[in-house]
Amino acid sequence: MELIELDRVSRTFTVRSKAGRLRRRRHEVRAVDGLSFTVRAGECVGYIGPNGAGKSTTIKMLTGILVPSAGRLRVAGVDPARERVALARRIGVVFGQRTTLWWDLPLRDSYELARRLYRIEPARYAANLERCVELLQLGDLLDTPVRQLSLGQRMRGDLGAALLHDPQVLYLDEPTIGLDVLSKARVREFLREVNAAGTTVLLTTHDLTDIEQLCGRVMVIDHGRLVFDGDLAGLHAAGRSERTLVVDLARPGPPIEAPGARVVKVAGARQWLAFPAEQSAAPIVAAVADRYPLQDLSVREPVIEDVIARMYAGAVGG
Amino acid sequence: MRQAVGLYLTIARGAFRRYSTYRMATFSGAVTNSVFAVILAATFLALWRARPGLGGYDARAAVTYIWVSQALLVSVAAWGGGFQDELQTRFRSGDIAVDLYRPVDFQGWWLATDLGRAGFQLLVRGGVPLAVGALWFGARLPRSPLTWPLFLLSALLAVVVSFGVRFLVSLSGFWLHDAEGLRALTGVASMFLSGMLLPLTLFPAGAGAVARALPWAAIVQLPCDVFLERRHGLAVLGELGFQLGWALVLFGLGRVGLRLATRKVVVQGG
Repeated sequence: MELIELDRVSRTFTVRSKAGRLRRRRHEVRAVDGLSFTVRAGECVGYIGPNGAGKSTTIKMLTGILVPSAGRLRVAGVDPARERVALARRIGVVFGQRTTLWWDLPLRDSYELARRLYRIEPARYAANLERCVELLQLGDLLDTPVRQLSLGQRMRGDLGAALLHDPQVLYLDEPTIGLDVLSKARVREFLREVNAAGTTVLLTTHDLTDIEQLCGRVMVIDHGRLVFDGDLAGLHAAGRSERTLVVDLARPGPPIEAPGARVVKVAGARQWLAFPAEQSAAPIVAAVADRYPLQDLSVREPVIEDVIARMYAGAVGG
Repeated sequence: MRQAVGLYLTIARGAFRRYSTYRMATFSGAVTNSVFAVILAATFLALWRARPGLGGYDARAAVTYIWVSQALLVSVAAWGGGFQDELQTRFRSGDIAVDLYRPVDFQGWWLATDLGRAGFQLLVRGGVPLAVGALWFGARLPRSPLTWPLFLLSALLAVVVSFGVRFLVSLSGFWLHDAEGLRALTGVASMFLSGMLLPLTLFPAGAGAVARALPWAAIVQLPCDVFLERRHGLAVLGELGFQLGWALVLFGLGRVGLRLATRKVVVQGG
């Protein structure tokens, strides 16, 4: 079932800029430009792109707080802008940098508010609260005022608040921003569980580990257009991503020659060899070990920021 | 219907409790109110000694007017403020987006929030100055026990009218990047036109008549007059009706404004 459908959706903003002492020049900015995609129920989709690409604008249109300038948009069968309040009961939204919780009151009060807001029946509320408390380890936090929570704890609190009403879709905007490694892992683990239980997840992030660990599908948006839609391996291929073999030799020497790899950097006895991500490192390692005084080595996985950057570069060049 | 009432009560109760967490701020606020009221009461006493019966109040009533208006000041947000501060911060930070994601009426949400706040502030920042005034200066307390509930009802309507004005000012945040200028302007207008500084009966005849017809009169002047039992019988209902009328008109205007604003929905930042 298609849960989210966008058909040539655009959104333009009018920006006024100073063009003299009193005159203002108006010009139009296309934040989203003819965007089409669908998301099936139960998917977990990473929605990525550089700052200003149109990610937030898309999310705002999907939640109904921004009306598209053109095109057709449906979430769970309804037009979000027209039925914002009705739709709001069926979706969950979490912003890493904003909170829906009452700052001065214990977490429990915000949950009680959610129960009223989303008209959650007592039995379902009790069950969902219990599940959130368990999965997000909120037990000790329920009676703590939100302002006293750490960022990671607050984030978990926000995730709980967004899920008490069993939303069909969960929109996440940078859910792991600013969190430490442990908190990030916890949040990801929770999101995996939520998705496995059937909730459709649309995730915006700059931390590409989030995507690697959670999303079977990645959409890349730039200048308001979809420039990639596929799985992570496909993104690597599209970005011609490379892994890196870091080699430590016994002594400095000339650049290593190995089939299928090229030296990208030399620093004293250490050399960096790049090779296509889909290729095995074993033959290269064997070749190097055979012909050079090898002391140590390690393989680095591609950084997806670079993959995307290369993909943009490719798109502009082609 | 029952669900909606429960929701708004939860919101109002939340606001009440949020304000009650800042005990020190509340305490120092109540002291400030009382100190100001002492100064004003002394000034009024001197004025009424020179001009007895000024504006239709005797000296005792004039002093009581001060205590009651000081008790209402923060609760009815005669300077502006209350939910306005919070909403303005949320416009600036872009947190307003979060509010729009909620399945709740935007105007109802903020009215409930403001009523919760006003309830707490009437209790503490109203109760303390009123008690100080009654004990120190001998305020004129209502003779009829019925006046107390009427006064509370009038204070409630005053908050709703004041909310109506402040909501319209805040809505300008959807168009202006910052509603601060407009807010300062309406704050000053409200200080004069509500009768906070001087009872409106002291204004020159024409200006006084205009001021008494404007919504701000419903914010301080009217509840004070109800407390002082200036009118009797059905005339009191007339006063409450005036407040209710403005409350409805302003709420309706806010509704229209909100519809225009939502049509425009441009959220800063984010």
